[in-house]
Amino acid sequence: MSSEAPARGVAARGVAARGVADRDRGFWGDLAAVANRSLLQLPRDLASIIPALFVPVFFYVVTIGALSGIANFSALEIDYKAFQLPVAIITTVTGLSRAAALVTDIKDGYFDRLLLTPVNRVSLLLGLMVADLTVFLALCIPVVGMGLIVGVSFPTGVLGVLIFIAMGTLWGLMYTGFPYAIALRTGNPTAVNNSFLLFFPFVFLTTAWLPQENLSGWLSTVATWNPVSYILEGMRSLFVDWDGVAIGKGLAAILGVGLVAQIFAFMALRRRVQNP
Amino acid sequence: MPDSAIVAESLSRSFGDLKAVDELSLEVAEGEIYGFLGPNGAGKTTAVRMLCTLLAPTSGRACVAGFDVAKSPHQVRKRVGAALQSTALDAKMTGRELLRIQGRYYGLNSAEIANRCEELAPILEMDAIDRRVSTYSGGMKRRLDVAIALIHSPSVLFLDEPTTGLDPSSRVKVWEEIRHLNNHMGVTIFLTTQYLEEADELADRVAIFNSGHLVAEDDPEELKRQVGKDVIVVNLGCSATDAEAVLKDVSGVEHVETSGTELAISSSQGAATISPVALALSAADLPVVELSLRTPTLDDVFFNLTGERMDEESHLSSEIAEEEAA
Repeated sequence: MSSEAPARGVAARGVAARGVADRDRGFWGDLAAVANRSLLQLPRDLASIIPALFVPVFFYVVTIGALSGIANFSALEIDYKAFQLPVAIITTVTGLSRAAALVTDIKDGYFDRLLLTPVNRVSLLLGLMVADLTVFLALCIPVVGMGLIVGVSFPTGVLGVLIFIAMGTLWGLMYTGFPYAIALRTGNPTAVNNSFLLFFPFVFLTTAWLPQENLSGWLSTVATWNPVSYILEGMRSLFVDWDGVAIGKGLAAILGVGLVAQIFAFMALRRRVQNP
Repeated sequence: MPDSAIVAESLSRSFGDLKAVDELSLEVAEGEIYGFLGPNGAGKTTAVRMLCTLLAPTSGRACVAGFDVAKSPHQVRKRVGAALQSTALDAKMTGRELLRIQGRYYGLNSAEIANRCEELAPILEMDAIDRRVSTYSGGMKRRLDVAIALIHSPSVLFLDEPTTGLDPSSRVKVWEEIRHLNNHMGVTIFLTTQYLEEADELADRVAIFNSGHLVAEDDPEELKRQVGKDVIVVNLGCSATDAEAVLKDVSGVEHVETSGTELAISSSQGAATISPVALALSAADLPVVELSLRTPTLDDVFFNLTGERMDEESHLSSEIAEEEAA
């Protein structure tokens, strides 16, 4: 036993009761606290972010260099450099998330530590998405800048550029639901890494390379049903003129897929919180 | 118990057919260090996870810091801290960053967090607080883990095997900090351990937990008194299997247990029995290498209650003895 006489009862309680029992930060305070950590992690995790920029830029440069002749025989209304810019944005943001960091938290027990706090459970996921949003903006802006440098123009002006970036960012954010759902459901880093496979049908079985009119056979059918085609068309419309229908279809596609992805993610969160 | 920090009533948790915790009932007074002792796989961690709201009970109920863990988990979380079995730290962060982040989760402002860091300085390695956790030793990580669990001044602290995997020197430091928290900060501590000596050293009361069941609970000295017998420990130069038959008729010998070359002989009058034991073994040509008399330990209590030995104690004791000798 301890050599010191143990403190007991009220005297002991008085010392320990200086806690935070009466405080309630509220949802936004909790979200800020969780997001703060996620944002702090970002500069220490550049190895997982920089390749996300390098690969789409590489593909963009190669594609517009090798396939720009397509514009001569296809139904393109716009320059192929502009046609490909939304593809570069979508490939940059699709599948990128803090899901790997979340798995590390689960495996290292840090997620349990979060669950031991009174922090709002929803903010545990939304806080990560704040960091995702920051990353998406940080990646989309240079990609758009690159497009402007190679000669892509926005007849829709600055607002068109902002909507272009917003659509790409919103798509990336909505899509994070899939990797987060896998991370929370499995707690397995390999499964999270393999969730990248979902990216291929979403991004490449679309009008990524050719306009819908030039696609044929099964690819045309799949592209018609693939919501990403509508996102690409909505973003591309900003290179021509204001087209509310195209933008509306693009946003509807983002929100439709996003709703499904986020429902999966929050169901997985609920399950993880109930059975950590 | 009027000032109960923790109350569990028939608390159970099953995983499929496995009943990890079965009808656990206990009360821990405010300001108490409660040792929850059991071997690996006994269900200690499951019990702790239920008490600190991480795991829903299958049945039964528990109140911690005055709130029901199932009905008011949010209130419980505000009032408890926990350092679970593995240190839950983000290796890419510094110690100070982790303390600050944890403080934010509880709504502390910058000044309050800075004050708490000062108060927790005896636990922390302040020289290393601005280094990334990936550079910390195991002992430093464990102490930071405990400090993070205390950032919001909880009234109840759960420590789940806080010294498992630590070197003897770090163990002793953690023990000192546990005593300090209890004596000077009045924190109620629920300490799970598989180390008998740790429970004996720190706990005001000890619960012995085995296979999901609470088998005994009392002051450590009282538990040992309940065993009541002295233990004569004999180390032979050969296998001890034949010795049991030799000793069964020796006056004063009540029970003989053999393990390899070691004999543990229970006797109500150890001092009077030690000579006849030595003579009997010598007469049977069983060479005695070492012979000692000791009072019962919690290991004997555990054996008395469960019929099994906990293996870890001798390992820990010898490590600490080596450390003290050094």
